[in-house]
Amino acid sequence: MRKDAGGDDMGFEPEIVAFLCNWCAYAGADMAGTSRLKYPANVVPIKVMCSGRVDPEFVLEAFEKGADGVFIGGCHPGDCHYVNGNIRTRRRVEMLKKLLEQMGINPRRLRLEWVSATEGAKFARVIKEFVEEIKELGPSPLRRK
Amino acid sequence: MKKKIAMYWGAGCGGCDVSLLGIHEKLLELLDDIEIVFWPCATDFKYEDLEKMPDKSIDIAFYNGAIRTSENEEIAKLLRKKSKILVAYGSCAIEGCIIGLANLYDREDIFRAVYLENETTPNKEKIVPGSRDKEEELELPEFLPHLKVLSDVVEVDAVIPGCPPTKPVLAEALEALLSGKTEFGKSVALCDECPRKDTKPEKIEIDRFYRWHEKQDDGKCFLAQGIICMGPATLAGCGGECIAANIPCTGCMGPPPKVRNQGAAMLSAIASLLGEMDEEKEKEVIESIRDMVGTFYKYTTAKLLPKGRVKDES
Repeated sequence: MRKDAGGDDMGFEPEIVAFLCNWCAYAGADMAGTSRLKYPANVVPIKVMCSGRVDPEFVLEAFEKGADGVFIGGCHPGDCHYVNGNIRTRRRVEMLKKLLEQMGINPRRLRLEWVSATEGAKFARVIKEFVEEIKELGPSPLRRK
Repeated sequence: MKKKIAMYWGAGCGGCDVSLLGIHEKLLELLDDIEIVFWPCATDFKYEDLEKMPDKSIDIAFYNGAIRTSENEEIAKLLRKKSKILVAYGSCAIEGCIIGLANLYDREDIFRAVYLENETTPNKEKIVPGSRDKEEELELPEFLPHLKVLSDVVEVDAVIPGCPPTKPVLAEALEALLSGKTEFGKSVALCDECPRKDTKPEKIEIDRFYRWHEKQDDGKCFLAQGIICMGPATLAGCGGECIAANIPCTGCMGPPPKVRNQGAAMLSAIASLLGEMDEEKEKEVIESIRDMVGTFYKYTTAKLLPKGRVKDES
């Protein structure tokens, strides 16, 4: 985690880990970039071949290491390059949200979105929304102070 | 020369101590090779006897139970100092086990539930651990804010998994430890040695979950029946006694060596085993798993929440 992040709630800049699938969401993020769309710089993108590659352990580890939010971007249902990786992710996220809640972490800190390669605008929008939401929630309770 | 052995009972149910006695006549054979120098549950030793021993004079010290009180922590440190090999014996010492589920609550919540609100515990004076008796000046060990495992406190040389370790696990572990080895046990998942292995279909597709008392067991692979069985994410070696008794695995052996997070691994597997269904049905089926932590982290909550439950304001 970056050292400059955090601080008091007034100037709170969340750290968000974003797992983006190679075929859709990452390309969508690229599209946002080439279209010169602005979105907050709070996300640390990690490219994965498929959103289905995001092991629930990755999400838990991100939180354990102090991430304020975790974003997973995948292809729309039916569009997965590997047939159904994104559907599995949807199920895992559903279960993880329940798990996080039981652990005492607000499940809103985990967000799954479908972003296709052409949806640069959507990518910029959902990231902006998510950053706003996490700012509202404040720093993660697991963040090392 | 006989090896000097110690066994301590930390925060646990006592099943581990019994499991060591449960190797029956093998224990008698073992006594030719070992000398028990400290085992509060079975023999009459006091802490001061342990304190008086020279450092590193115990060959193998087994620590069973987790660390819930300051007393547990003190003895863990003392045993580390006095022994050459310190072994985390059983699930509590390794990963917190059932009592680790207490890390889902604050110490204050636990005291309230156990000492103040429990209807069958008369406690008019509202005494909770930590309150001091003014006249007697009696001080009890502190109940720590959250439960710790042995490796949180001291360096651990070997682990004997299980709740409690079963006979085959113990037999292999004791033999290895007495010959100086600290690595032993299998490295595959329970499914590999499951008595129901042959009944596992090529592809499992779950369309709803059953709790194991909700369904007439057809004798086939539990997961294929829609009953959550932790086998795929659990280390083999126990002999599959629970499965042989028609009860699904709950994961007490902990994860195989290549898996770090047992619960996450199983949660991931479950997502892949669900059959084709629409999003709404999917939510409904997942919602039917009432207790995520208790199902997937029954024995590893203390690893999932090493500092207790967190509180996310708002």
